[in-house]
Amino acid sequence: MTATPLLSAAALIYRRDLLLAVRHWGQAAQPLMFFAMVTTLFPLALGPNLDDLREIAGGILWVAALLASLIGVELLFRADHADGTLEQMMVSGQPLAMLALAKGAAHWTVCGLPLVLISPLIASGLGVPSAAICTLMLSIGLGTGILSALGAIGSALTLGLRRGSLLLSLLVLPLAMPALIFGARAIDMAIHGESARGPLLLLTAMLMLAVTLAPPAVAAALRISAE
Amino acid sequence: MQAFNFSGLSAQQLQVWRGDREVIGGVSVEVAAGGCVHVAGPNGSGKTTLLRVLAGFLEPEQGTVTWGGRPIGADRDGYHASFSYLAHSDGLKPELTVRENLAFEVGLRRRLGAAETDEALASVGLEVARDHAAAVLSAGQRRRLAMARVLLTGAPLWLLDEPFTNLDSAGVTLVSAMIGAHLDRGGAVLMAAHQQPSIPNHSPRRLELGP
Repeated sequence: MTATPLLSAAALIYRRDLLLAVRHWGQAAQPLMFFAMVTTLFPLALGPNLDDLREIAGGILWVAALLASLIGVELLFRADHADGTLEQMMVSGQPLAMLALAKGAAHWTVCGLPLVLISPLIASGLGVPSAAICTLMLSIGLGTGILSALGAIGSALTLGLRRGSLLLSLLVLPLAMPALIFGARAIDMAIHGESARGPLLLLTAMLMLAVTLAPPAVAAALRISAE
Repeated sequence: MQAFNFSGLSAQQLQVWRGDREVIGGVSVEVAAGGCVHVAGPNGSGKTTLLRVLAGFLEPEQGTVTWGGRPIGADRDGYHASFSYLAHSDGLKPELTVRENLAFEVGLRRRLGAAETDEALASVGLEVARDHAAAVLSAGQRRRLAMARVLLTGAPLWLLDEPFTNLDSAGVTLVSAMIGAHLDRGGAVLMAAHQQPSIPNHSPRRLELGP
């Protein structure tokens, strides 16, 4: 009998979560729909003048992505907790932190990546010049990664609570503020033709920090929630 | 059949409190290779709590759980790999098929061949339902599938919480036979159950929990 190597176990969790998302695509598509919907509301409310919209496009895209991520991350562990598969994962003999990382990666693929892919379309509707699209996608991509990691901690902490969504936002949003500041600034700089290298590098550093520190925190929070 | 290298689980003087209520007070239990313990007691006597303490989900307020002479916290992942836990909930994904459920759940622990999966499904009488989603299975069938998972993990110790729930009489006989065969192979079983289980060729030691 060969024990499953750690990476295969993580890959298995990643594959399982993608498969579940495909079978439950209506739920998986919710953050994307929300993102598209919220960003469409701004031109309707502020008027279609592209010069005005361009000035706040970075902020609109980032706030919408932040809230869309929050919607998705709330469900990250909930179903597994309810049907008992999370408990089985905890006693599988594999390090829980690595399994949590795999779940987080799958979550980003399902909820974060679609936002990145649709953002050029939405940005062009907000008058963002095509030269800034690359920076914009990078900024949203790094940002949703950070939000998935932070959100996973909040989601694991509020798992045992019946109405945890408000608490989840209160926990995650303050932690996400630095990322929001630099992420929106990067897009803004790119729109004005400046180099956005600085804020993008800072975002990358934040993502590294979040991806390294979040898994053990998530594992610890899950163990507390399982009690 | 594989022989297990099982080093023995021992819990001494466990005390667990929930709020200001003592759920478990001064319970000690030991399971060695080939041993079977039947945890009995009325509803609310702490059977599930005891199993959750032994599985490491709950920290007891007092007392220690040791595995092979070492506290279970010393090598948590190693300890987890040595047992298979059947909880109240079956731990199955309703959206996945019977075979996918086994592939993912057991696959986390060890490599699993398709033939082995089919064999285990046949042994619990689920071979015709192997490509059905777990959501369409009856409660009894889900319990059987959960037992197939316990069997396939190949862990020496089985911690079973009410394994006979929702099973028909044929299912009860089947699971009893599975437990008997596991004990014959040198495995150990600790189960919580309302009724006295009749395990072929084995008589479980009874641990009575007070209300």
